[in-house]
Amino acid sequence: MKIMNCPLNGPRNISEFAYGGEVKPTPAPEAPSQDWADYVYYHANQPGILREWWLHVPTSYWFIAERDVTTDRIIATFKPEEVLR
Amino acid sequence: MPLALIKHALGLSRPKRQLPAQKELRSNYDVVIVGGGGHGLAAAYYLAKDWGVTNVAVLEKSWLGGGNTARNTAIVRSNYITPEGVRFYKESMGLFETLSQDLDFNVMYTKRGHLTLAHTDAAMRTMRWRAEVNKHMGVQSELVDDQDVARIEPALNMSRDVRWPILGALHHPVGATARHDAVAWGYAQRAAEMGVEIHQGTEVTGFELSGGKIVSVQTTRGKVGCGKVLQAVAGMSSKVAGMAGVTLPIRTIPLQACVSQPLKPFLDTIIVSGSLHCYIWQSQRGECVMGGAVDPYPLQAPRSTLDFKEGLMAHMLELIPGLADAPLMRQWAGLADMTPDFSPVMGKTSLENHYIDAGWGTWGFKATPVCGKRMAECVATEKVPDILSAFRFDRFKTFDQVGEAGAASVGS
Repeated sequence: MKIMNCPLNGPRNISEFAYGGEVKPTPAPEAPSQDWADYVYYHANQPGILREWWLHVPTSYWFIAERDVTTDRIIATFKPEEVLR
Repeated sequence: MPLALIKHALGLSRPKRQLPAQKELRSNYDVVIVGGGGHGLAAAYYLAKDWGVTNVAVLEKSWLGGGNTARNTAIVRSNYITPEGVRFYKESMGLFETLSQDLDFNVMYTKRGHLTLAHTDAAMRTMRWRAEVNKHMGVQSELVDDQDVARIEPALNMSRDVRWPILGALHHPVGATARHDAVAWGYAQRAAEMGVEIHQGTEVTGFELSGGKIVSVQTTRGKVGCGKVLQAVAGMSSKVAGMAGVTLPIRTIPLQACVSQPLKPFLDTIIVSGSLHCYIWQSQRGECVMGGAVDPYPLQAPRSTLDFKEGLMAHMLELIPGLADAPLMRQWAGLADMTPDFSPVMGKTSLENHYIDAGWGTWGFKATPVCGKRMAECVATEKVPDILSAFRFDRFKTFDQVGEAGAASVGS
């Protein structure tokens, strides 16, 4: 069983979480649709350490994890407000 | 049957399995193909055969067909859901039909019939939809009820006393399998005979760009100039495109599979259940080849997990209870390039001489011949063939998706 540390609920089985995509700046609501297409569909998807959105499904809590996507090691998890200011 | 087989049987020739000895890299090639898997080798073959382009180097970081070509589960079908997808895979099956003869290399193409099971009314509606689209595009495909399913594949458990009883299926009588390694080897040999250079153990480490073009390719064995670059590196697509400054609509997600120990032949058809996320067919050696959905989140390395096997077997044993005592022999994973619309990405990128063949989530092997043929055409003529135009890499910028999730079956 793989464990992820939810910043709100503590360590939980990975099956309780859903992946939410790479962390990247959100375009302004009135930004051109090209920018929104980039934001929604295009991903860095590179090997190495990435920051990603994750959801703890039972509590609907979104947070940010730093994960090595080559080794599947979760390095750290953060409350969103710790990262996005 | 390939002529070489008959000759060999009569003792007139011995099969040649070797490629020409690897030469030094030349300083310049008309076309550099990054990736020596099925797709890259097929493209090299058709470039030489159809277009007379033989000043071609295929660069492979490890060995021929050793990446995702060796990791798929060898199923060939064309019963997709979008007209663009059905048309594309129909052409691929046509090429597969005669591939052994064309290459004079036995790729063990075997028609078995293919059943996509439906366990819910919603799934039955989707199968009906697919059958109608398929028939409209000239592909053999029909919706059948549970009694037909029992007749077509007697090995299936048709009991109503299970969590997900089988209500019917999409029957695709021309569904087939082929030996995936042989497809890569066959293309490699014939391409090499026509002058294509295949360089194994040669990793691409970067591209040199100038004026919106790639002018040279850096490798672990030195730098080569290039007229055009075709990248066909499923699983590493984002990494390689990233070296050229191109961002792709792709997430790399492991796709796991496994085989049982060899059993006596009991299963004729290829069985897929999109609702239960599992599929199975029995190989010529008697092993049951089984797979399921992709992993729940992206990962850039192939690895196998117990979770996957538990989830897969829970459903598999409902379909074929007799498998409960069959030990698993091998397990592995490949890397799937998942696009948001479950369709591939092919054609030119934003760079003038950079061509891409990517986005092969869970459907890459069956596209090998058509993709090789049409990508070769695209590279040689610098025009995107009609059959590829729907799959252009910037289609997401204009919200022109080709939604194939309904027919990727076990895609996610």
